Amino acid sequence: MARYVLRVNGRDREIDAEPGDNLLSILRYDLGLTGSRFGCGEGQCGACTVLLDGAAARSCVTRVASVGTKAITTIESLAAGGDLHPVQQAFLDAEAFQCGYCTSGMVMATVGLLRTNPHPSEQDVARLLDGSVCRCGTYPRIVKAVRLAAERMRTATSTGARR
Amino acid sequence: MSVEYVDRYDSEPERYEWSESRRYRFEVDRRDFIRLFGGGLLVVVAVSDVLAQESGPGGSAQSRRATPELAAWLHIDEAGHVTACTGKVELGQNIRTSLSQVVADELRVPLSSVTLLMGDTDKTPFDMGTFGSRTIPTMAPQMARAASVAREMLIDQAAERWQLGRQVLTARDGHIETTDGRSMSFGELTKGRALTGTIAPDGPIDGHDRWKVRGTAAKKVDGPAFVTGRHQYTPDVVRPDMMFGRIIRPDAYGASLATVDDARARAIAGVTVVRDGDFLGVVAPTERVAARAASALKATWLAPEGQPSSETLFDYLKEHPDGHDAAPAVATPMPPAVTRTFEATYRIPYIAHVPLEPRAAVAEWRDGKLTVWTGTQRPWGVRGELAQAFRVPEDGVRVIVPDTGSAYGGKHTGEVAIEAARLARAVNRPVKLVWTRAEEFTWAYFRPAGVIDVKSGIDAHGRIVAWLFDNWNSGGAGLQSPYDVAVRNVVFHPVTSPLRQGSYRALASTANHYAREMHMDTMARAVGIDAVEFRMRHLRDERIRAVLQAAANKIGWPKPSAAGRALGIACGTEKGGYVATAAEVSKNADGFKVERIAIAFECGAIVNPDGLHNQVEGSVVQGLGGALFEAIEFANGRLRNATMALYRVPRFSDVPPIDVVLLDRPDLPSAGAGEASLVCVAPAIGSAVRAFGTVDTALPIRLRHA
Repeated sequence: MARYVLRVNGRDREIDAEPGDNLLSILRYDLGLTGSRFGCGEGQCGACTVLLDGAAARSCVTRVASVGTKAITTIESLAAGGDLHPVQQAFLDAEAFQCGYCTSGMVMATVGLLRTNPHPSEQDVARLLDGSVCRCGTYPRIVKAVRLAAERMRTATSTGARR
Repeated sequence: MSVEYVDRYDSEPERYEWSESRRYRFEVDRRDFIRLFGGGLLVVVAVSDVLAQESGPGGSAQSRRATPELAAWLHIDEAGHVTACTGKVELGQNIRTSLSQVVADELRVPLSSVTLLMGDTDKTPFDMGTFGSRTIPTMAPQMARAASVAREMLIDQAAERWQLGRQVLTARDGHIETTDGRSMSFGELTKGRALTGTIAPDGPIDGHDRWKVRGTAAKKVDGPAFVTGRHQYTPDVVRPDMMFGRIIRPDAYGASLATVDDARARAIAGVTVVRDGDFLGVVAPTERVAARAASALKATWLAPEGQPSSETLFDYLKEHPDGHDAAPAVATPMPPAVTRTFEATYRIPYIAHVPLEPRAAVAEWRDGKLTVWTGTQRPWGVRGELAQAFRVPEDGVRVIVPDTGSAYGGKHTGEVAIEAARLARAVNRPVKLVWTRAEEFTWAYFRPAGVIDVKSGIDAHGRIVAWLFDNWNSGGAGLQSPYDVAVRNVVFHPVTSPLRQGSYRALASTANHYAREMHMDTMARAVGIDAVEFRMRHLRDERIRAVLQAAANKIGWPKPSAAGRALGIACGTEKGGYVATAAEVSKNADGFKVERIAIAFECGAIVNPDGLHNQVEGSVVQGLGGALFEAIEFANGRLRNATMALYRVPRFSDVPPIDVVLLDRPDLPSAGAGEASLVCVAPAIGSAVRAFGTVDTALPIRLRHA
């Protein structure tokens, strides 16, 4: 057992864990951040997606010892001061979910995607989100939501608003 | 304790769905009402109309205090907030929203004033289960009637209050209004009262022409809780002093526990090992310690030899009829008019539901009463399983179903609830148990595999005159053909399934539609008649004809949109919905690619067009999995592809553009829509692919290169 200091949603959190313990378990059980979901535990479904220094990562196969000083961002910190993040709002507006179990991971994967590709085509979205599963099959709506969010974020950036 | 899961498949027409007849009993008298609700207005829907007659003005004192068997109830509190209550559960099919729409519409209140209380065996009326696309056809009208009666009672209250005739009063936007401009809110009208009404399930409700909230694309009522991650599914439920469980599973189906070496597991601080017959589990203070303890525990198992494999499965099914098969395959002679016969055997593998939320439960024993949070489609069924497993009365068990991360027919049973409760009893603390993905694949149950033999005959004019259809194991739904054929013999043969099987979204219907529609395509090709025209010649039902034509029109039948592509089509009906699906495919190095799907669907009057669109599109995507790549592989009682890496479910890149055409029939009652739109995806694709070569008569669809 070792002690790790993780930077989670802007706060330093001290955690006792084995080096091989997965980050998802720490987020959910040690820190009570249950918005990141357990789907498969093998990095295949994306329900556990969080951001590490802004890039989407599968927390269920991320060893805690590999996180180091990277900033961890979870779904719980996206809605700043009660305002939904544009990606969250776009998922709502496009009704891009049914059971919602994949939604946290889809939203986080989308935030990561748009950071490096602010202008994704439908094919880009399909390719870059292909590691995330929506078993209810709302993929066409998720693609719409991602592109809607991209458009709104570009508009916001070009008018000087920042998030 | 022995943990034994006895499956019963004795309800028709959807053979593998469970049913039971016990009813929740619920007393409504003034004392209970004040205690439960504090006041306001309550309308209960009785299961039968016997009660409504008995509790009329002339009824005896005893019958006025009858104990109605409830289907649903609706309460308006003194602030005007509406709570509607049903034993149905939300699994992503969006009934929390569509039922709220129904209530808001009948009551004339904004959607935001309505809260739905669902799936809690202590707080909501008995319900058989959420399956079979039954919520909209059965529960929605009951809720509508409750709301409509509540509205009329409020108008009565206002009439009395103002000493006015009812004809000058209307309900609008949570208020009763007079024609001369006075208005009183529902809350004010019910303040300090305890108004009750009991209604039969068949009272008057609004006709479609008065729908305002129904028929509109209302947003999911608690959508923000999902996009923020705030919603708590069962795996997110936390109880004080909760511990964490893991189960040690047999290494093969049917295996019994031989030896256990638990010394290393017991040496871990805080770990309890629970062994009870073949049941073996651990409990630990944290989730990670539970996982470590489970892997530290060494068990050996004795597995029966010679279990069938996915390769020998289809022969096995035909060779293992269960004792109730009253209809051994008998050769029916072809009528003399037959000039040409067509025979084929269609094979359908087991497939898995793969709900993204695996089975999970949190169990807590307190003062002898057991409470379990778990995602199930049958809260009362699971309560019964728990009562039986622990030999306690059913009213000593409460099952609470948080809105659940999908099921698709895969969460009818209570095994995870029993396991969590067994572990919780051992440590006398609440225990959370979340199945791993491998457990969900292996120890849940599958959509039944099936073998279907079809023999048909056509006459000299290209008309089908004989239709013989024998299905082993898939089930009865969708067995009957909608086509007009003089001689038919359609038989279902129950089989002793080698793997545990159960309900699945549109389960048997998908298999039966695949065989039937592929066979229709075979015959149309053989006689050189266009596949749409060939079907139309044998279809009388105008509802099927309408969807078939609509799907054909949408895909541009009979001409593909580009060179090198091909079209296929299929149609059918299931659970009151009518569907036709058309597919466009192209050839590629792997065989073929689905380029486009068009689906036409009709299920009577549409309650929520956007929700319906979402369900239909989702069904098509789920149907793609079974059509293109899903199949459970197994041998010797072990699965070979029990991971998401090995068992492929549809992903973004698998999904072609999908055109959804919804035919609204406001003149017809609303049917359920969660299943029917799945059934024609595979035959539409399979028949299209035939343009490129021979297609195996099996799922998933494989093109054999020439």
